[in-house]
Amino acid sequence: MARIIVDDGFCKGCGLCVDACPVHIIELDRDRITPKGYHPARCVDEARCTGCCSCALMCPDVAITVER
Amino acid sequence: MANDAEAKVVFERPHALLPVVTNYCPGCTHGIVERLVAECLDELDVEGDAIGVAPVGCSVMAYDFFGCDMIEAAHGRAPAVATAVKRVHPDAVVFAYQGDGDLASIGMAETIHTATRGENITVIFINNAIYGMTGGQMAPTSLPNQVTQTSPYGRDVATAGYPVRVAELLSSLDGVAYLERVCVDSPKNVRKAKKAIKKAFETQVAGRGYSLVEVVSTCPTNWGLTPQEAFAWMRENMLPYYPLGVYKDVVADGYADAAEAARARAAACPLVNPDASEEGGAR
Amino acid sequence: MAEKVLMKGNEALAESALRAGCRFFFGYPITPQTELAAYMSKQMPKVGGTYLQAESEVAAINMVYGASAAGARVMTSSSSPGVSLKGEGISYMAGADLPGVIINIQRGGPGLGSIQPSQSDYWQATRATGHGDFQIVVYAPSTVQEMADVAFNAFDVADRYRTPVMILGDGLLGQMMEPVVLPDPVDPADLPAKPWATTGHKHARPHNVANSLYLTAEDLERLNFERYERYEQIKATEQRFEEYLCDDADIVVVAFGASARVARSAVNAAREKGIRAGLFRPVTLWPFPVDGLRATLGTARAYLDVEMNMGQMVDDVRLVVEGRAPVEFLGRAGGMIPTPEEVLARIEEINERIGE
Repeated sequence: MARIIVDDGFCKGCGLCVDACPVHIIELDRDRITPKGYHPARCVDEARCTGCCSCALMCPDVAITVER
Repeated sequence: MANDAEAKVVFERPHALLPVVTNYCPGCTHGIVERLVAECLDELDVEGDAIGVAPVGCSVMAYDFFGCDMIEAAHGRAPAVATAVKRVHPDAVVFAYQGDGDLASIGMAETIHTATRGENITVIFINNAIYGMTGGQMAPTSLPNQVTQTSPYGRDVATAGYPVRVAELLSSLDGVAYLERVCVDSPKNVRKAKKAIKKAFETQVAGRGYSLVEVVSTCPTNWGLTPQEAFAWMRENMLPYYPLGVYKDVVADGYADAAEAARARAAACPLVNPDASEEGGAR
Repeated sequence: MAEKVLMKGNEALAESALRAGCRFFFGYPITPQTELAAYMSKQMPKVGGTYLQAESEVAAINMVYGASAAGARVMTSSSSPGVSLKGEGISYMAGADLPGVIINIQRGGPGLGSIQPSQSDYWQATRATGHGDFQIVVYAPSTVQEMADVAFNAFDVADRYRTPVMILGDGLLGQMMEPVVLPDPVDPADLPAKPWATTGHKHARPHNVANSLYLTAEDLERLNFERYERYEQIKATEQRFEEYLCDDADIVVVAFGASARVARSAVNAAREKGIRAGLFRPVTLWPFPVDGLRATLGTARAYLDVEMNMGQMVDDVRLVVEGRAPVEFLGRAGGMIPTPEEVLARIEEINERIGE
């Protein structure tokens, strides 16, 4: 089982992780706004996360930690 | 089957990148490249020996982001500063991190001469074809017909001239050991970029000569595009103008370092190769 | 006792710097400071140091910035047009509190000017070396011996106050040969540590940063205030000057560097004619020796400021004298040197006037 942890303090909601995810389980959370004013990324289906790190590789703000 | 207790962290912030929120706009590739640099410092275990030089431009505050010792240089002067730092501490790992305005416009003389001296430093060059920090003016690498704040009708090559292809330009200089142009628009390309940056640092650690990695990048804010559209624009317009690839690798060419490659290139010149001439050496 | 050697001023500056533990020199060719760079290029390799001919003055001063940030004693030398180019880097050094020694062997200006001796960079050195609020310590030696002495001392002062230090010479002093006793050499390894330097932290301390960028106005103002407190300390402790026959002087000639040599001859000639003339010679141009000059107001009835420019230091003289005595000016420009005769003539003129 793998998962990603998004640090809202760093996430700027650019969405590069959303595009990078090969299983399309990351989206920008329209219901939340970070202190800096962004919709942060979140994983919507943790069960399908493979821990491939594509999202983290593309994250310009090093907001994503990946566990596997 | 693994459970949570056995879950291992497989990706996290590198030690050499301080936990600081950057000043970069959302989707700016500076953050990716700085992370790659920090990962390389970690993997080579040289953070404690590293001294970085930050430029003037969007990455001006890189001195707050990297965990190693840092120097903030005047606009364009990072290679001169890095040169001296390396001369004072030859065993340190010295790098300059520069954008296109800094490196290829105001600092072009320093760039060329640092490269041709074969200073044993590593330069990370972010080419996003625009001045980001000052609000999107034409850069030395802005493409022909590219609209910027100071080329509002598109860069007119008749009056503004042509962009500088930095990797190609520097590849002719004897002091250069390793030169590659990469981009970071996909996980695959990020991995390739990291490999290049690591190789550049390894080139320095091995004392082979000057190394530079040009990263074709984006500026969503000043290009007026989303980060995703910016990548598409970059792929469509920049990559044909700035083709990716290795522009110089003296080791791949069969030489130990830039100095050996330079001597071989000038093999016919007796002043350069005094040993080759039996009738007395250079004077 | 160290022996006397015959040296050119430019060479004495270089040799003294080496003896002060300077092992890094970055420069760019320009007349009339050539001997200094040539001396460094010859000697640096012998002591394991670095001589690097930069691609420009701009690059050279930024190499000084880098070497200084990295903790080394470092020097560059140039002449007037080249020093203008270094202005940017000197400002950054001041802003990042980096020590370093900059030599300006002045030539006539403005523009490309001449290659003859001049003192027309006084304002540049003491007022506006670069942009922003800052000062640098400026020495103006007038003999080869003094060039050797101030060059040696300049590195200590630069390190102590973490400031750039400039030595203002001119083509005459640089090329002139005189006997000199050189200071005893210092081993760079014995110099005090610089805990602020960017040397690689070895995971033993937080990262050091050499920087002059402060985007918060309050922070930058505070740093400027702190720096100016340091300048007050410099003013209190580093003023240097020489007085010659000033004790009873009616007429005090004020001159620095090469023009002070001329002025001294004129003062001697005036004394032979029974005129009570003296010479006040600032050795530090910044801090200007305010206290020393003010003391001459006790006897002085008039001042004659002699410079190889159109009148620059005379501003500082007038600021000290504050209208309590007339301050006259005699200047030659463009690379011309005043003669003792023309200075004497002015002293005689002034003497007649104040005798009335």
